[in-house]
Amino acid sequence: MIQYIQEILPALLSGTKMTLSIFFWTLICSIPLGALVGLGLIQKFKPLTWLLNFYVWIMRGTPLLLQLIFVFYGLPIIHIVFQRYDAAMFAFILNYTAYFGEIFRGGFQSVPKGQFESAKVLRLSYGQTIRKIVIPQVFKIVLPSIGNEVINLVKDSSLVYVIGLGDLLRAGNVATARDVTLLPLILVGIIYLALTAVCTIVLKLIEKRENVWR
Amino acid sequence: MLEIRNLTKRFGSRTIIDDLSMTVKDNEIVAIVGPSGAGKTTLLRCITGLESVNTGEFYWNGTQFDPTNTTQKDTIIGVVFQDYQLFPNLTVLGNITLAPTMVKKEPMTEVKKYARELLSRLGLEGKEDLYPYQLSGGQKQRVAIVRALAMRPKILCYDEPTSALDPALRDEVAQIILDLKKQEMTQIVVTHDMDFAKNVADEIQQVKQIQ
Repeated sequence: MIQYIQEILPALLSGTKMTLSIFFWTLICSIPLGALVGLGLIQKFKPLTWLLNFYVWIMRGTPLLLQLIFVFYGLPIIHIVFQRYDAAMFAFILNYTAYFGEIFRGGFQSVPKGQFESAKVLRLSYGQTIRKIVIPQVFKIVLPSIGNEVINLVKDSSLVYVIGLGDLLRAGNVATARDVTLLPLILVGIIYLALTAVCTIVLKLIEKRENVWR
Repeated sequence: MLEIRNLTKRFGSRTIIDDLSMTVKDNEIVAIVGPSGAGKTTLLRCITGLESVNTGEFYWNGTQFDPTNTTQKDTIIGVVFQDYQLFPNLTVLGNITLAPTMVKKEPMTEVKKYARELLSRLGLEGKEDLYPYQLSGGQKQRVAIVRALAMRPKILCYDEPTSALDPALRDEVAQIILDLKKQEMTQIVVTHDMDFAKNVADEIQQVKQIQ
C-alpha cells in the first residue's frame, strides 16, 4: 500500500499545486477588490451602490459552478475565449470579490460615525482616515467572516474540475477510476483536511495578533 | 479672538439655532449651557465644522474662515468629544502623533517629544504604549485632550466633558481646563452642568430651546 501511495503521490501533489495556485491568487485579488466593493457599497452615490448591489446579487445568487461553465464554455459562443486557468481565475475572483464585498460592507458600517468625525476634526483626509483608522478596525471586525470564506475557498477550488483543470480532486478521481481503489480519494480528503487545518491555524494566529487592541 | 456672527442652523424646517452671535476672547473660557435638546451640541458641531450652517460667519482675529473647510492645515479648533472617540487600533502615542505627522508633516521625533511633554503635563506619563481599552474614562479623556492639543489649535472645544465621568472626576476636569487656561489656551465648554460651568467659565453663553 505504501508503494501505491508513493506511486500516486506525485500526481496528487501536482494537483494540490493547482488547487493552491487558484486558492492564493483568488485571495490575493479578491480581498483588496472586496474591500473596494465594500467601500463602494457604503457610498451615498446611488447609481454606484445600485450597480454594486446588482453585481453582488448576481454573483451570490447563482452557483459558482454555473459561473465557471458560463465563462469557459458559454462565453466562447460570443467569441470571448479564456484559457482554462484564466477562466477559473476570472470566475473565482469575480465570485469571491462579491462575498468579500458584502462582508467588508458590514465591517465598514460597524465603524462608529464618531471615528470619522474624530478624524475629520484632526484634519485627516478621507484616504488617510480609511487607511489608518477604518481599515485596521474593519479588518479586525471582518476577520472571522473572511476566515469562513477562506476555508470555503479551499474546497470550492475543486469546482474547476468541471472545466478540466488538473486540480487535487481530479488527480484523485483519475487514480481511483484507473486503479479501482478507494485510497486516492481518501488521500485527497486527507490533503484537503490538512490544507483547511493550516488555514485555521493561520487565521487563529492572525486573530490573536489582532487582539492586542479592542 | 473668535467671532460668530448671525449663525442660524436648521434641520429641515426645524430651526435649532436662530441668529446667534457670540465672541470668544483670547485666553478665556466660554461655557455654552442650556437644557438638553436646546442645540448646545449642534452649536459646537457648527463651530468645529462637523455641521454646515444655514447662515452665519466665523472670524478668527478678524479674518473670516470656514470651519467645514478641512483642507486648511492650520487648525483653529480642536475638539474633545463627549465619548472621546480615541482610535482603538492605535496606542496612546499613536493616537496623538497620527494627525501632526500625517496632516502637518511634522517630523515624528519632534511630535513625539511634544506628545510626551503634554502627556506628563496631564499626568499620563508611562501610558504611551497602552491601547485606549486599557485606560480609564478619565485617562481616555485626557488622552483626547492631548491628541487635540498636539495639533496646536487656537481654541479647544469640549462636548459635555463631565457627563461620562463619575462626580469625583468632575473637579479634576475643571482643574485641567483651568490649568490649560493658565497656559493661554482659549476654550469652549458645552455642558448641561451649571455648577461646573460657573466653576470654570469666564463667560456663560445660554442656549435656549426654540419653540
